[in-house]
Amino acid sequence: MNRFAYLRPTDIAEAVRAIAADPSARFIAGGTNLLDLMKYEVERPTRLIDITRLPGLDAVEETASGGLRIGALVPNADLAHDPRIAARYPLLASAILAGASPQLRNAASTGGNLLQRTRCYYFYDVGTPCNKRAPGAGCPAIDGVNRIHAILGTSTHCIATHPSDMCVALAALEAKVHVAGPNGERTIAIGDFHRLPEDRPDIDTTLAHDEIIVAVELPAEGFAGHCTYLKLRDRLSYAFALVSVAVGLAMDGDAIGRARIALGGVAHKPWRVPEAEALLQGRPPTEESYAAAADRLLAGARAYRDNGFKIELARRAITRGLAQAASGTPQSQTDKRIR
Amino acid sequence: MANGETYFGTARGRVDGPAKVTGSARYAAEFAAADLAHGHVVSAAIAKGRIAAIETAAAEAVHGVLRIFTHANRPGTAWRDARYRDEVAPPGSPFRPLHDAKIVFSGQPIALVVAEDDATARYAASLLRVRYAAEPHATDLERQRGQAYVPRRKRTGIAPPPKPRGDAQKAFDAAPVRIDHEYRVAVEHHNPMEPHASTVIWEGDGRITVHDKIQGVQNSLGYITGVFGLSQKNVRVLSPFVGGAFGSGLRPQYQLFLAVMAALDLKRSVRVELTRDQMFTLGYRPATIQRVALGAAPDGTLQAILHDAIAGTSTFEDYQEVVVNWSSLLYHCDNVALTYRLAQIDTYTPADMRAPGATLGVFALESAIDELAYAAGVDPLEIRRRNYTRTDENEGKDFTSKELMECYRLGAERFGWSRRSAAPRSMREGRELVGWGVASGAWEAMMMKTSARAALTADGRLEVATATADIGTGTYTILTQIAADALGLPMESVTARIGDSALPHSPVEGGSWTAASAGSAVQAACRAVREKLFSAARAAENSPLANADPSHVRFVNGRIVLAADPARFITVADAMRAAGLERLEEEATASPDSATQKRYSAYTHSAIFAEVRVDAQLGVVRVTRIVNAVAAGRIINPRTARSQIIGGVVFGLGMALTEESLPDHALGRFMNHNLGEYHIPVNADVPAIDVIFVDEHDDKASPLGVKGLGEIGIVGSAAAIANAVYHATGTRVRSLPMTLDKLLPEKPAGRA
Ligand SMILES: Cc1cc2nc3c(=O)[nH]c(=O)nc-3n(C[C@H](O)[C@H](O)[C@H](O)COP(=O)(O)OP(=O)(O)OC[C@H]3O[C@@H](n4cnc5c(N)ncnc54)[C@H](O)[C@@H]3O)c2cc1C
Ligand code: SF4
Repeated sequence: MNRFAYLRPTDIAEAVRAIAADPSARFIAGGTNLLDLMKYEVERPTRLIDITRLPGLDAVEETASGGLRIGALVPNADLAHDPRIAARYPLLASAILAGASPQLRNAASTGGNLLQRTRCYYFYDVGTPCNKRAPGAGCPAIDGVNRIHAILGTSTHCIATHPSDMCVALAALEAKVHVAGPNGERTIAIGDFHRLPEDRPDIDTTLAHDEIIVAVELPAEGFAGHCTYLKLRDRLSYAFALVSVAVGLAMDGDAIGRARIALGGVAHKPWRVPEAEALLQGRPPTEESYAAAADRLLAGARAYRDNGFKIELARRAITRGLAQAASGTPQSQTDKRIR
Repeated sequence: MANGETYFGTARGRVDGPAKVTGSARYAAEFAAADLAHGHVVSAAIAKGRIAAIETAAAEAVHGVLRIFTHANRPGTAWRDARYRDEVAPPGSPFRPLHDAKIVFSGQPIALVVAEDDATARYAASLLRVRYAAEPHATDLERQRGQAYVPRRKRTGIAPPPKPRGDAQKAFDAAPVRIDHEYRVAVEHHNPMEPHASTVIWEGDGRITVHDKIQGVQNSLGYITGVFGLSQKNVRVLSPFVGGAFGSGLRPQYQLFLAVMAALDLKRSVRVELTRDQMFTLGYRPATIQRVALGAAPDGTLQAILHDAIAGTSTFEDYQEVVVNWSSLLYHCDNVALTYRLAQIDTYTPADMRAPGATLGVFALESAIDELAYAAGVDPLEIRRRNYTRTDENEGKDFTSKELMECYRLGAERFGWSRRSAAPRSMREGRELVGWGVASGAWEAMMMKTSARAALTADGRLEVATATADIGTGTYTILTQIAADALGLPMESVTARIGDSALPHSPVEGGSWTAASAGSAVQAACRAVREKLFSAARAAENSPLANADPSHVRFVNGRIVLAADPARFITVADAMRAAGLERLEEEATASPDSATQKRYSAYTHSAIFAEVRVDAQLGVVRVTRIVNAVAAGRIINPRTARSQIIGGVVFGLGMALTEESLPDHALGRFMNHNLGEYHIPVNADVPAIDVIFVDEHDDKASPLGVKGLGEIGIVGSAAAIANAVYHATGTRVRSLPMTLDKLLPEKPAGRA
């Protein structure tokens, strides 16, 4: 771990000024990702700006439009167990509880979760090349150990995935990210927040270096009656998703009214295809309808050496997730039997 | 002087439990000294080649850095290979850290940065710039299998495959039912909770005290004195507590070399602790490619067994373990051909890992037997009974005892095997396919020459001591039980001391031999004390035992009692006082009986039953029930014994479903070198594990009648789970771990 200066600003404006002044400064919240990256020498910030004491970022509040505004410092565990989240946005609660461990969820913040970095093995190992860590160095994952890597939206520069579970639910819920920078606040739709690697895999998101996440806003619609978060992984708990699917449905009698589907573990960002969701509108909740949506979601998926199975696995996960949501029997995160 | 057994055979909590949960039990990296310096290891980024240059200037400039050791400036050490060869080293030329510019495996230590504190050492280490002259490496066993060879020099203690019997190929060709497949198991790393570490305390007078994470302090002692030319009297190695090892602590690891080297050079105390990532640069369970071909009569009776294994080893040592011999040990068969070969790859030398060899060989064999059962239409449990053998056909010996048949019976009964429906995919519950599988397990019941000391003091306290280790197995507890019984003392009056090289000789703690070996030695030492004590008691003035013969007395509750009239006794304290004894100390050595060993083979056995539930579409496996019936002679402590079996089963579950060190052959490096991505089973993966200890009388395997339990729990586990998965799904997975991609019903493109 390199040597760094440590700052603890007292308000958001001061935090923003501090980060704007130093291109190699980093905010630190729960530290569950950043400290690991520092120990591995992947991140070598000159300055750590501790935002955990900033006022006003630790509450979950009602919004005028009937949604909830979640402060960037709300711990993942508190969020998942917030009664309003559990009742109105069970999809989000479930996705959070599917991730990490209780200890990590206690420490991890809402803002940090959005900005957690890929779990690509090479990215974490400075003994290997990696375009995301060192632009231009090459990507050994493309022809290497890529069982956990992306099948959608990849580039010739990087095939890493975004590892968050929470963000997959946020994508399905069409959350908004409120950020503050030197020029004031702005709002980024969750779908625009994470980006595809293209030729700049070193840039994960559209957040500027001098901006801070202040809140995540959930719209009123939480799909509480018909949702699920189904996560498939290499052991029954405490592993990142090979494939995950977040589904929210608004049923219209016996048919599907509106559908939201987001995939995790398959791309550099939570993967949504509005056309696939549109295919479900007005359709009966049948395997046939689900298969059509799955095909559309996975159109263009590409298999690398070890991860071809993800295409078929994702197809099945989508189908199952839609069935769980439609029947109102969401996946439990404690009982490991898949419903 | 027969003594009743108060503690032997009873369930007891760990005597070292309170020390462990309160943190007063200290581990190798937890010892400190006023002058302690900290070393951080720098690991090679390439698998093969040379170090062209290491630029150390930037690191040296960091305040607090004391010295940076590389091949270019390291102090001199012994020249001959023999000096580096530890007790359990395989044949070959042991790796010498920082020896020269040559790199022979990825992650090889190439520098040690020593600083005043750990953070500074680590930071400075990150400033080193290394330039390599890389050479092409080969790390893929699949590609090297063509180069496989039969190791010329055999590893001590590892039986080579038995001579062929009959004509296996001919019998196989003629057999009406045949099975012939390849089986693979991925590389696994031990991953004990406690990372490897050594703290060397510079005592200032030429002596060093070394706190090492090791399964045998005297192995480290021999290594240090050999390599650094030190006298035994100037080095003491301590390892009273070991936070798991599973074989990774059998051989001295490179951090020991580096810590001692730095301490001697700097003349101050030094600690070197490996990072979790560096734990993946140590020895590992080698990958294997095995072919098992079985020929049988229509009723499943074996007519031919062919088993070939190719295992990876390093380019500098021929690591060997017993992989194939189990195939002709577990079943009767007249036509047997077993072969075991090695192929060199550019990695570190593999290492013994819990039930080394057996886990691999028995997985392949017990999968193949299962396949044969389906091919012959015979129940998988029945086919095992039908091919049962009462003798060790490899060696032509009788067993000291073998209650495997009883394991099958009791295990099946507890599991409810008779309710199993034969056909694959025939037991379904909702979306889940249910499968039941069985496998047998075996492990050698060894005993090794071991010495122990017992010292009784006038206050009625007993201390027993031997240099062995407790890697979490319960050694402290069982030695206390054995000693307490031998002298009729309460367990609270007995202290066991281990993990100190100054104590009487003990081999490394491994091979499941410690209970039988250290236990027998402690018992022998206690008996020697008892004899002396009895003489003293008899000679005491007005002794109620004056005319008693040793066979007339019993040692109970701190008293020596006339068996015929328990009201007549003398207390241990009185007997000692009468004889003017402050302390009675005896040392004894227990050795296996060579005449018995010539005539008999000693093995533990198990029958393990597994239930899995597999999501029919998604391939997600849940293990929902395990019954493991074990025949291991006498059980000293059913509680610690059960823990050993449970731990073994969980280990086997990991092997079956989750554990795999993923190599990048282009880089010659394992890539998932952390516990986030190397998946050890977590609680959610582990079902209730029902352990049965089958009654087994054995008066030959060891003086105590015990056989050892550390390893048998894992053997057979992976096969039982794989067999259950087949029964559930109809998909036979012949390469471990059975990750869900291998169970997706239609195999998509990608991974084979
Ligand atoms: C072993 C392990 C297993 C895990 N398993 C899972 C899993 O299964 N699923 C899952 O989803 N996650 C998992 N995680 C990841 C975990 O969810 C993240 O590490 C966590 O959410 C990060 O939050 P944090 O507050 O600790 O972020 P930090 O580590 O403090 O920060 C992460 C990044 O975000 C930046 N940052 C933080 N807050 C702000 C802000 N308000 N504004 C701007 N920038 C900010 C920091 O500068 C840093 O770059 C796992 C982590 C570990 C270590
Ligand atoms: S996939 Fe991306 S993160 Fe991984 S090695 Fe390639 S460039 Fe780096």
